[in-house]
Amino acid sequence: MANQSALSLFTAQCRRDLRLSLRRRGDIAQPILFAIMVITLFTLATSAEPKKLAELAPGIIWVAILLSSLLSLDAIYRSDFEDGSLEQMLMAPAPLALLIGARILVHWLSAVMPLVVLTPLFAQMLFLPSNLLAPLMISLVVGTPLISLVGAVIAALTVGIRHSGMLLALLALPLYVPILVFGAGAVVAASQGFAWLGAISLLGAGLVIAIVLAPVAAAAAIKISLT
Amino acid sequence: MKALLLWFNTTGSPPNFERYAARWIPIWFALAFICLAVGAAGGLFMVPADSKQGEIFRIIYIHVPTAWMSLFVFLVMAAQAFIALVWRIKICELLTIACAHIGLMFTAVTLITGSIWGKPTWGTWWTWDPRLTSELVLLFIYLGIIGLYNAIEDRRSAARAAAFLVLVGLINVPIVHFSVTWWNTLHQGQTIRLVGESKMASELMWPLIVMTLATKFWFIGSVLQRARAMNLTHEANKDWAKKLAEPKQ
Amino acid sequence: MNDFLTNSIVLEVKQLSYFRNEEKIFGPIDFSLNGGKALLITGDNGSGKTTLLRVLSGLLRAQSGEIIASKSGQTYSDLSHACAYLAHKPGHKSELSCVENLEYLQIIFDQVKPELIEPALNKVGLSGYEDTPAKQLSAGQNKRLGLARLLLSQSPCWLLDEPYANLDLQGIELVNRLIQEHTECGGAVLLTTHGAYAAPAVPCQTLVLANVRTDR
Repeated sequence: MANQSALSLFTAQCRRDLRLSLRRRGDIAQPILFAIMVITLFTLATSAEPKKLAELAPGIIWVAILLSSLLSLDAIYRSDFEDGSLEQMLMAPAPLALLIGARILVHWLSAVMPLVVLTPLFAQMLFLPSNLLAPLMISLVVGTPLISLVGAVIAALTVGIRHSGMLLALLALPLYVPILVFGAGAVVAASQGFAWLGAISLLGAGLVIAIVLAPVAAAAAIKISLT
Repeated sequence: MKALLLWFNTTGSPPNFERYAARWIPIWFALAFICLAVGAAGGLFMVPADSKQGEIFRIIYIHVPTAWMSLFVFLVMAAQAFIALVWRIKICELLTIACAHIGLMFTAVTLITGSIWGKPTWGTWWTWDPRLTSELVLLFIYLGIIGLYNAIEDRRSAARAAAFLVLVGLINVPIVHFSVTWWNTLHQGQTIRLVGESKMASELMWPLIVMTLATKFWFIGSVLQRARAMNLTHEANKDWAKKLAEPKQ
Repeated sequence: MNDFLTNSIVLEVKQLSYFRNEEKIFGPIDFSLNGGKALLITGDNGSGKTTLLRVLSGLLRAQSGEIIASKSGQTYSDLSHACAYLAHKPGHKSELSCVENLEYLQIIFDQVKPELIEPALNKVGLSGYEDTPAKQLSAGQNKRLGLARLLLSQSPCWLLDEPYANLDLQGIELVNRLIQEHTECGGAVLLTTHGAYAAPAVPCQTLVLANVRTDR
């Protein structure tokens, strides 16, 4: 790249994607509504007893956020694929991994981060003990970017497949198991009085590796899917 | 390097693979059947019953070899996937997908035999034991690879996408196992273990080794069989394939 | 204005064939195209015109044959860097305005010259629509935005897939005019068409793709 620095490319892509997500209002509101719905359904299907809900709260919140992210990840490349922008990104001299990295960041900021911010509300809905809120928030802050990064690689493999939502969920599930286990498990460990930072640091290590590798892997997967 | 690749490509070319497979598949299956017969006879009749579990423990002679195979096949599949992605060799693409199907079968048998074993021994069809749970996730990984392959129209793109997923899965399998084992320690009280702490006495081992060999031979025969069928289906328009379909004069 | 006269581009294609699922889509094809010329690719529906363009753009990889794109003796390592591609899909975002789209594309294509954006929009007949979101433009206007993208790409070789689709008479004239100007500056143009439209008024080679797919 002669004239463009990596940073300016990254910011240009971020700017474009942020503009897009702000102009599509639904992109931000829908994941939030979906998560609240999942939590409500859980409560209606099990019990309204505070004690029972409090026990399951970390798991329910984690699963609600995970499912909501899965739904929104389905569309991470869809619009770009359908209007030919993804092809232009492929043909451009800009490193695709850099552009995809920016895409993933904006996706997390617009579709997932609001859920993390609203977690105290979810915690209240499920009567989560207040001492567990901090472990829950930390686990989500570290774990949800990991969900976006890993999910972006899987979504890249299914670009161009019609009605790929179910397939995406099936492919992503095995990869999400460790994230969910360590993320929700950290909170469960905290509730039982065990050391929970170990699980968080494992997630953190995974996050660091994913930040470096996932955009590259997603770019490679997009090339495989589109060519 | 180019000469090596050329040699590889010609020996692994579709018509050559068809010739090789046609000759060797019956041999591998024959070996598998022999070992299966010997191993089954040994496991079912010659070995004494377990003092604690009774006759049901004999299922170990199917369960353990298939469990090992479900992981071994993944490794073979990953090697094929790597070659298919880097060097785009058609046969390796087919072998990757064939391995996925066979691996899926072995995983399913492992889970089913595990479940059958569990009912009389622990009183339940299923338990969230770390190994069973990891095996279940492995089942999903295999299903995902096959599902992705079937979802893409262009066969070669489909194989490349599936191969990519295999490599992603390869990194994931140990991570999943590690995470599920840790998860299990959070839930004290589940001290049920699938294969007990008791080491197997040597006189009980030999049918296990024979059955393990049997599953290996079976795997090779099955993979070649499946890849052969896929090969012929994909190359059906080619002259060499059409000649095979003609009645022998 | 772009100047591709010095160091003009040469596109050479030898024995190019493309298969999908072991079925031949086109080939073997041979041609050579220099800067300053246009190549008209005609054929019926299903003859592989779009696939051929996608292979030439670097998006698809042909199973056999060679494509060599070079400029003053130096071969392009990546085919996509030699060509700009305008196809049925617009290649820009409908929620963004014309200017926002073009600015972004300039950045990722390493052709940041913001002063050229308004003249380009003017040239394609979109002046006054600079800040209009693309989804409020008609199909023909979106096509014109795509042409503006081509102009700004500073690319010596243009690949146009059915450029006349969705355009009115004025739009067709615009396309022909742009092709003429591009070739006069030394650029090369490959375009596909059914043949129902008049060819551009430039020196044109023609490549006819026969339908090689077997009837089902």
